[in-house]
Amino acid sequence: METLNLFIKSIFIDNMIFAYFLGMCSYLAVSKNVKTAMGLGIAVTFVLTITLPVNYLLENYILKSGALQWLGTEFAGIDLSFLSLILFIAVIASIVQLLEMVIEKYSPSLYNQLGIFLPLIAVNCAILGGALFMQQREFASVGQATVYGVGSGIGWWLAIVGIAAIREKLAYSNVPKPLRGIGITFIVTGLMGIAFMSFLGIKL
Amino acid sequence: MLLSKKSREALLGPLSKNNPVIIQVLGICSALAVTAKLEPAFVMAISVTAVVAFANVIISLLRNTIPNSIRIIVQLVVVAALVIIVDQVLKAYVYDVSKQLSVFIGLIITNCILMGRLEAFAMANGPWESFLDGVGNGLGYGLILIIIAFFRELLGSGTLFGYQVIPQALYDLGYQNNGLMILPPMALIVVGCIIWVHRAYNKDLQEK
Repeated sequence: METLNLFIKSIFIDNMIFAYFLGMCSYLAVSKNVKTAMGLGIAVTFVLTITLPVNYLLENYILKSGALQWLGTEFAGIDLSFLSLILFIAVIASIVQLLEMVIEKYSPSLYNQLGIFLPLIAVNCAILGGALFMQQREFASVGQATVYGVGSGIGWWLAIVGIAAIREKLAYSNVPKPLRGIGITFIVTGLMGIAFMSFLGIKL
Repeated sequence: MLLSKKSREALLGPLSKNNPVIIQVLGICSALAVTAKLEPAFVMAISVTAVVAFANVIISLLRNTIPNSIRIIVQLVVVAALVIIVDQVLKAYVYDVSKQLSVFIGLIITNCILMGRLEAFAMANGPWESFLDGVGNGLGYGLILIIIAFFRELLGSGTLFGYQVIPQALYDLGYQNNGLMILPPMALIVVGCIIWVHRAYNKDLQEK
């Protein structure tokens, strides 16, 4: 039950875009049509699902203060948490690279769909943000961390597909000249954020 | 003149006509979440300026020795090292603000302004110009952050830098703080309005 709650919460309430503005750059740049938005959304969900558990294990068995205890009692006092930023980003960059090679080999059609977005995901704030939030919230198990990863990925995917659909329609409407393009996208995102806030307080 | 024309362009261009946030649309990721209050926005602006400027200098010095195929990783490592330094300094000297900024200091690493400037400018220019470009872009980013934070804190909490600005007499007359301004979606709408005003004055920037 708690896990389901976490899942729902990470999709709707702690939405990466509307609550924390993470991954905004690609969100704004790649939301001109639904099809590419769909591809990027799936790729982000995919990468989040894989990197979060890996980073969770890294955090709990290597980085946290006292985490090295499994090597022997003399390591119990070591605190490597200042290294977490550099290790997280290295893990993310290498997993993205690895994924790219694996997908290319086993599923060329998916590879073609994701195209250029896959390598770009390494520098998407949503992925590193997910890892840092995971570190901050101190999840109890790998399972919870994975669920959080899937949930926030789906939340991000929902947001980008939503805005892409709205922007497709917006192309035919008469927007004031200075607001055209990026300006109106910001305002619409803000309004969507207000709509998503109505999920606040949902508890299962 | 102290600075050549090109350096001046690198330093001052990003403040308005080539602003990283509202024109190039980079670095929104970590920008908006820290703007509910002026103080964290200010600290964030300084941190980003420092990181962009020094990352630019380091990459510019290394630019002829970095193999092209692994440049992204090299850039990420340089940036991550600088961000760790900033993080530790903030924790040591302004612990409260560092707590408020939480994960967003770490997220400077994936701030698109950094990668954008490193790729577009530092890889092709000398260290001094790169430094100025970094400072300029950091300031352009900070400027927008501070404008947003000013409006959100003033209208949302009635304070500036934590000091009460709106007089008590106004509250007695029935004035209320607008709680919506504190919430995340308003940051986006405020940016939208800034873009609106900016492009209304700079007609050549408008999109078709």
